[in-house]
Amino acid sequence: MWELIQSNRRKSALLIVIMALVLAGLGLSIGWSIAGEGGGFFGVAVAMIIWIVMLLVNLAAGENILLAAAGGREIAHADAPQLFNVVEEMKIAAGLTAMPKVYIIDSPAPNAFAVGLKADRAAVAVTSGLLARLTRDELQGVVAHELGHIKNRDTMFMTLAGVTMGAVILIADLYVNGLRFGGGRSRDSNERGGGQGAAIMMVIALVLAILAPILAQLLYFACSRRREYLADASSAQFTRYPAGLASALVKISGAQAGKLEVSRALAPMFIVNPLAAASESSSIFSTHPPTTDRIRVLRALTGDVSLAAYEAAFQQTHNGAGVLRAASMQGVTPIEARAAAPSAAVPEPPVLPGAPAMAAPALPAAAQQWRAAQHLVQLSAGYTTIACACGVNLKVPQHYGLPFVECPKCHQQHPLPPDGGQP
Amino acid sequence: MMPLLILLGVIVVLVLWFVGAYNGLVNARNQVKNAWAQIDVQLKRRHDLIPNLVETAKGYVAHERGTLEAVTQARAAAMQAQGAGQAAQAEGLLGSALSKFFAVAEAYPDLKANTNFLAIQEELSSTENKIGFARQFYNDSVMVYNTKVQSIPTNIVAGVGHFEKAEFFELQDATQREVPQVKF
Repeated sequence: MWELIQSNRRKSALLIVIMALVLAGLGLSIGWSIAGEGGGFFGVAVAMIIWIVMLLVNLAAGENILLAAAGGREIAHADAPQLFNVVEEMKIAAGLTAMPKVYIIDSPAPNAFAVGLKADRAAVAVTSGLLARLTRDELQGVVAHELGHIKNRDTMFMTLAGVTMGAVILIADLYVNGLRFGGGRSRDSNERGGGQGAAIMMVIALVLAILAPILAQLLYFACSRRREYLADASSAQFTRYPAGLASALVKISGAQAGKLEVSRALAPMFIVNPLAAASESSSIFSTHPPTTDRIRVLRALTGDVSLAAYEAAFQQTHNGAGVLRAASMQGVTPIEARAAAPSAAVPEPPVLPGAPAMAAPALPAAAQQWRAAQHLVQLSAGYTTIACACGVNLKVPQHYGLPFVECPKCHQQHPLPPDGGQP
Repeated sequence: MMPLLILLGVIVVLVLWFVGAYNGLVNARNQVKNAWAQIDVQLKRRHDLIPNLVETAKGYVAHERGTLEAVTQARAAAMQAQGAGQAAQAEGLLGSALSKFFAVAEAYPDLKANTNFLAIQEELSSTENKIGFARQFYNDSVMVYNTKVQSIPTNIVAGVGHFEKAEFFELQDATQREVPQVKF
């Protein structure tokens, strides 16, 4: 386990360095193309300053920003005893030194994620939709997967890589927009500065500005996929019960309870990609391996649940190709799986009053798209959206007139904002 | 001059390796100690929860005084146990007394509907899990540590620094390996 983390860490460091080089190259070529050779070094300096500032902002309040972005709120033991206990159990099984903070996100979409630059300052978040659907064993598998991310330092790496990717995209965007709206200035400096050299650099800068964000994303996502398998393997090892995570993944991918509204950079941190529907296909832009594939590997684990056994199960389901580093797992003794835990499913008390405990019935994809389009039209027409406690979303037109609106399902009266529903 | 420099280089590398291996052993041993402390914490927590359980259940299971008393007695015995071997045995007995009680509680719908009882039951079964996972992590840590102590070349450093092999923590009764079956 430890060797695997170390090899992971070396690889992560290399990847961050490559991404930083991409960033520096972008800065160099942009600076050069604008103000000649001297401008190149200035460009690198500006790029690095942007990077460092973004990094510092993230260090200061990283997990809080991410958790706030996903709409999470911290809970204590009394709020959701079962969830809290499961996290504590997995913290012990993973051998983490500090108890991660536990967050609940009010969303019917079943999902979970972990954040934290350091293992002793980490946080786990699960959605209320996940809590409503999973049994204790399944929840344990999901939480163990997330703590696996923390233990394997994936959360730290993803934050660093995410910041670097963000900086690359920001600078490339600035440059391309600058060219589009203020192109004259660069032609000016062209004549003053380096002439031929600056013109070549401008072409390079353009190509880099277009390619670098794509390259950065590719690196980011490729790494994220491998880490998902490793976190699955860790989950099997911590819980000794791969069937729990497997059936949780079946439930999560089968649920069409809408998407979580999160940014693309946040997506790799969730247990299943919150932005994409479950599918068999895997592209180079996927942050996660296909869920069906992960389930297949987990189901192939029988008896031995060590990392080496997971590697063997992966090879068995992938015609011999490996995913973890076999060399780092020599001399690992088999770990026996356990039987299913007793189904002492204590019903979780309603966690958050007012939050929709059960998800709205699943809609076919086409209907969902139609709904989303309709929502956009209504938004632009000045409709106000009120979420009722029973799960119904009320859309009120701008000139409704009455100060109250009644929910058609549970007949609760909702007050309307006095400004008549300005968006 | 050159051979002297090479010799010096070799010595520096050897010393660095020795320091690294020694620190690695210290880390592994500390992890074993921490893991043991975790087990201890959870065992204590189980002892603390039981009076609460007995207090809540007393009124409901008047006809099953014996099972409840067995739990109380097993707890007292587990708290007085000296040494790891005796403790493991006493904790095993406490575990089976508890699972017997939860099996009996099955027949009392009123008790099962009591939210306080449900909360304690979740806490107890979670503590049971935590003991299991702490034991699991402890044994994994012992395995890593013992492998280091025994394998070449770190065993030389272990011998010099007096690093002794650690013992695995196994429960006495083979049936105790499984979490007590608490059914609903």
